[in-house]
Amino acid sequence: MMTVSHDVVIVGGGLAGLRAAVGLCRKYDVALLSKVHPIRSHSIAAQGGINAALANNPDSRDDTWEKHTFDTVKGSDYLADQDAVEIMCREAPGIVYEMEHWGCPFSRFPDGSIAQRPFGGAGYPRTCYSTDLTGHVLLNTLYERAVMMGVTVYPEWYVTALATDDGVCHGVVAFDLMNGQIVPIAAKATIFATGGYGRVYFYSTNALINTGSGIGIAYKAGVPLKDMEFVQFHPTGLIGTNILMTEACRGEGGYLVNNKGERFMEKYAPKAMELAPRDIVSRSIQTEINEDRYFEHPLGKYIKLDLTHLGEKKILAKLPGIRKICLDFIGIDPILEPIPIMPCQHYSMGGIDTNARTATEVQGFFAAGECACVSVHGGNRLGGNSLLETIVFGKIAAGAIDEYLSSGAAVPKEKIVIRRAGDLEARIAALVSGGTEKTFVLHGELAKTMSANVGIFRQRTETEKALEEIGRIKERYRNVGISSPSRHMNYELMNAIELEYMLDVAHTIALGAFLREESRGAHFRTDFPKRDDEKWLKHTIARMADGTNPDISFRDVSITRYKPMERVY
Amino acid sequence: MITASAYTFKILRADRKKPDDTPRFQTYRVKVIPGLTVLGVLNRIRDEIDGTLSFRSSCRSAVCGSCAMVINGRIDLACRTQVASFGTNTIILEPLPNMEIVKDLVVDMTPFWKMYETVKPWLIRKSTDPEKEIAQSEEERSRIDQFINCILCACCYGACPVIARDPEYLGPAALAKLERFVLDSRDERPDILLDDVNNERGVWGCDTVLKCIEACPKDVRPTDSIVGLRKALVGKKVRRLFGTKK
Repeated sequence: MMTVSHDVVIVGGGLAGLRAAVGLCRKYDVALLSKVHPIRSHSIAAQGGINAALANNPDSRDDTWEKHTFDTVKGSDYLADQDAVEIMCREAPGIVYEMEHWGCPFSRFPDGSIAQRPFGGAGYPRTCYSTDLTGHVLLNTLYERAVMMGVTVYPEWYVTALATDDGVCHGVVAFDLMNGQIVPIAAKATIFATGGYGRVYFYSTNALINTGSGIGIAYKAGVPLKDMEFVQFHPTGLIGTNILMTEACRGEGGYLVNNKGERFMEKYAPKAMELAPRDIVSRSIQTEINEDRYFEHPLGKYIKLDLTHLGEKKILAKLPGIRKICLDFIGIDPILEPIPIMPCQHYSMGGIDTNARTATEVQGFFAAGECACVSVHGGNRLGGNSLLETIVFGKIAAGAIDEYLSSGAAVPKEKIVIRRAGDLEARIAALVSGGTEKTFVLHGELAKTMSANVGIFRQRTETEKALEEIGRIKERYRNVGISSPSRHMNYELMNAIELEYMLDVAHTIALGAFLREESRGAHFRTDFPKRDDEKWLKHTIARMADGTNPDISFRDVSITRYKPMERVY
Repeated sequence: MITASAYTFKILRADRKKPDDTPRFQTYRVKVIPGLTVLGVLNRIRDEIDGTLSFRSSCRSAVCGSCAMVINGRIDLACRTQVASFGTNTIILEPLPNMEIVKDLVVDMTPFWKMYETVKPWLIRKSTDPEKEIAQSEEERSRIDQFINCILCACCYGACPVIARDPEYLGPAALAKLERFVLDSRDERPDILLDDVNNERGVWGCDTVLKCIEACPKDVRPTDSIVGLRKALVGKKVRRLFGTKK
């Protein structure tokens, strides 16, 4: 078996992974592994923007990073760690300027400064953007930078396991899709930037690659997960395909309208209206649907996102990508007709438990971006803060790994990585000679139960049902088989391997949702509709206990300046 | 009520690891509901009929550029192509031309990325960066609008007749990327970098038959960039001959 070794292995080629690579590649032997070519990573799909208190907008001259911090903490329903949020918001302007200096083509104000638009839950218009393609331009810019600096990329290399032993990480087991080979990779430091788990849900804005397997791989290797029950549902996914319709649609002035022709947000958030935070807007839309004020479409019940009053000029200038998606995928021109939308899963607030330096409990193992939970988003992430998190914490990861490596990191034990590679060999053999269960059937059942029972509104009986269902699917998973022993470009094989991790991830989400008997941020329990700071102002920590069930504990939230208050918008 | 119609999909099957097997079309019959995309059908075929079928996909919303292929003779992204848009119940799928097939609809894009890297696709600055952003007017920003939209899906690369006969040709996407930086008011790349494309491998190789524009799923016009770069090079030559300054 061929083995490879590097100083640092970065898993994931999106914004967080690329930013870490750019920060480390001049000093260390760095390898970036990505299961798709880095430019195909899901960061590319982010639309609306990246928050930073630049105070460029005439309406935001007195904006500061402290105000950004407050908005983020309030938006999180006070579950975010305030020291970490301070770091992110203080770093934000520098990060945006750095990306601009590296070539990012932000949209501009007439004075030549970076343009900023209003976004949900923010007291000031501080979301920097490039029309509605902000993730696309940021990812291109960082990839260009990585090419310039000669970062070593292993494109279409999928990581299947983390090789940990006795609290130390020694590298990863990788699978080279193009050649169909298992390759153990030893590394002094490993960082996961593997993205979110949207595909655990049936209705999700996420790309097909967003299985959350990175989170599941870390969990299986003994790394704790944090706040997994906090799942963001985006208010506006296109009906049918669930493609994201950016919050910028509302930031630019779009309305949400029910079948009575009412802008119903005035009932739920009379001041912020359509620009209340996402958890509140999604619940409002779902309530309108549940109370029969919806429109009907062959593809489902929907609410209208109306941009028609913005006019052709503004839509073409500010939301050209949205218009093109609507034309391509549902044959609707938003200049002429409202867009049919429904809320769907969008973002993973929870993830691999890290500190504000991206370090985990396991020595030599770090995580950044959506797969990680620092936590800067707490119970609910504000729009425009996820792109920010990826780049800020990708950069911080580079600094933290540099410190770790220069202060005498442990020498990785190749033997351990090779042993784990042997486990994968056995796993594949078992799948090839496996039983009659099909990955896509089990995946479909998992996703449906998650959307039905661990969705926007939750209650005890439903979460119990989800837990039972996940248990049953886990049993059936033992009998999964694949149709071909051929290993190269065998996506059926990769899907089968990933499903095991998806089941574990879903398990921690459902169990967290079952245990947390309060409503906070995106976690809403109809049987416990109030926030309960006395009992629940704390993070949920999930560990793989006996190989089957998560072992749950709790940890206090870090509060610096902002005492929890009622959230009114 | 949604009613499904019967479709026949003929998909090219090939495998680089089995050079003795000649590529062949395999037929799959599926029921398709209105609104289903070619990618939607491909996923169903792999799940329900044939787990060995290989194709790339990710975002399913025409932004990641993974699923470019030839669909009934036309190059496009499978995710944004409606099955019902062809007026026929037979859909033929082939991999992108101009690149080696790895397996089925998956091609080896190494040459495409090599050409991309050749043009130095990053912002080049000589000046010291300001503390804040480098100022850029709205008009300056608008000059690069269309080239920014490129998602590097290689539809244009697959459609280009020049690459078909000369694999050394840089191709539309790489040249469009170069023009994106040349036109960027913040970019200060030395003229000598343009000389690298002042040849038949570069801007003078283009036949200007606009196949790339036709193939682009994001309304980018790579030929515009090639014409723009030619003008810049001719202007530079004139200035050099007559000793005039920019």
